Amino acid sequence: MSNPAGMPVLEPAEGAKDQHMVINMGPQHPATHGVLRLVLEIDGEIVVRVYPEIGYLHTGIEKTCEAKFYQQVVPLTDRINYLDPLSNNLCYCLAVEKLLALEIPERAQWIRVLLAELSRLNSHLIWLGTHAMDIGALTVFLYTFREREDILRLFEAVAGQRMMTSYFRIGGVSMEPPLDFFDRVQGFISILPEKIDEYSNLLTGNPIFKNRLQGVGTISAADAIALGVSGPPLRASGVDFDLRRDIPYSGYEKFQFKVPVLTDGDCWARYLVRLDEMRESIKIIQQALDGMPEGPVKADAPKIVLPDREKMKTQMEALIHHFKIVTEGFAVPAGEVYQGVESGHGPTGYYVVSDGTAKPYRVHMRYPSFATLQALETMCKGRMLADVVAVIGSIDIVLGEIDR
Amino acid sequence: MNNTLTGKAAVIEGLPEHPAVKAILAWNPQALTDAKWDRSELTLTIAAEEIRAAAAAVQAAGYNFFEDMTAVDWFPSAPRFQLSYHILSHGFKEHIRLRVMLDAAEPSVESITAVWPSANYYEREVFDLFGIRFEGHPNLRRILMPDDWVGHPLRKDYPVEGYR
Repeated sequence: MSNPAGMPVLEPAEGAKDQHMVINMGPQHPATHGVLRLVLEIDGEIVVRVYPEIGYLHTGIEKTCEAKFYQQVVPLTDRINYLDPLSNNLCYCLAVEKLLALEIPERAQWIRVLLAELSRLNSHLIWLGTHAMDIGALTVFLYTFREREDILRLFEAVAGQRMMTSYFRIGGVSMEPPLDFFDRVQGFISILPEKIDEYSNLLTGNPIFKNRLQGVGTISAADAIALGVSGPPLRASGVDFDLRRDIPYSGYEKFQFKVPVLTDGDCWARYLVRLDEMRESIKIIQQALDGMPEGPVKADAPKIVLPDREKMKTQMEALIHHFKIVTEGFAVPAGEVYQGVESGHGPTGYYVVSDGTAKPYRVHMRYPSFATLQALETMCKGRMLADVVAVIGSIDIVLGEIDR
Repeated sequence: MNNTLTGKAAVIEGLPEHPAVKAILAWNPQALTDAKWDRSELTLTIAAEEIRAAAAAVQAAGYNFFEDMTAVDWFPSAPRFQLSYHILSHGFKEHIRLRVMLDAAEPSVESITAVWPSANYYEREVFDLFGIRFEGHPNLRRILMPDDWVGHPLRKDYPVEGYR
């Protein structure tokens, strides 16, 4: 690998120089879901080696966090995994709340669960649409984006933003949802099961789709754990682990849901696991709607949580607190915490280190796609070049969260 | 248990049945230099030269999944660098943190890719952004920054806006 530019020039393996070819896929390629570059060594149509080259979207968010107040980091987290923004918000807020030892009102926790599940549906809908499109089934993309639009409208109603919601704040959620919000969510999830059946009708029995996925990109549970695969792909390989059930956070222990697990470990299993997860998410949302507790949506911590607008304009203390939070932030006790949540792509983790000041000393984000990319070679080896596209789609990568 | 235990002796006394503590003590008590139980999270500080063996010890004890690894730069304090390894157990359903402290001059530590191949990208990331070397790593190249980049952006003496 001695080359002046430092690019990973991959020489064909010794003894196969006449037969193997090294080709470049990406960084601008519709099937790489962002800017992922793959250097592939192929023998005819058969993939021999895969070398992912990442970093094209690196923006140094972790460094930026160190220069912001704790509450100013929340909007940055949306932009990392832009398909599942509320899980990022949730993970960061839970980590800081753990540092602060802050109790969150029950209503805020339930609203968080409800929206985190909507966010997971959003992520899975985009995955399904783009994955099917990569395989050649264009219609599903139009169908899933129709439902995704409904979810984005719900996000807009509650947060004022369609994609970069920043709705969860340290200490709760930014404000009470609008009056008709829960009815609208109810309306949406009552039609969604039949929509999922519709996607399933288009794909599950489709012999072309099935042939492209079944037996492709197979990875065993042991390999998956060794190579850092997590989330739905790991469950498709037979490892029964979901952070929502096994290390519950934000009140997930109060919800009943199944964790879909399959043992085949191929693209088809990953497809079925995610489809089932969408159905389970609907059940969680239904439980959240049925049991939504009354009460405040922000913790009673005037030095940490911004006061309501009305209070700020009428009460002197509230105005002082508002001024102090905005101008000098709030000090967080020294310490380090690691908080994991199950986002749409798998377990997301935030590692926050505080030195006792109002700015985080270090924020590190663990995102599932970054580690899962290491398993790409194992999944693609010995398969056709076209299967690489199916595998990338099935592990559901987001380059924003890989490069951060 | 929500109280805080600080120091090796307090953690060994307070959590004698914790599987990770037991595994480390059974493997090599001298390698455990410090320990902390804080906010329901266990942190075990391991002597830098023993990290690979310590990782293998907790892996054998049931902490089967390498979840995350990163560094913290405590510049200008000494020792300067802290490495935090977050290990998950699917069986015990909990995370533990292994911690290693490194000095500022030519920071280097043994790679744990032999124990968990998934540490590969994480060690490359720390090498890239902090300039810490991992001995025995199969492909220690920059991963996020361009290959010809000068400096390590996540170090505290590197300006947030970069050099202009």
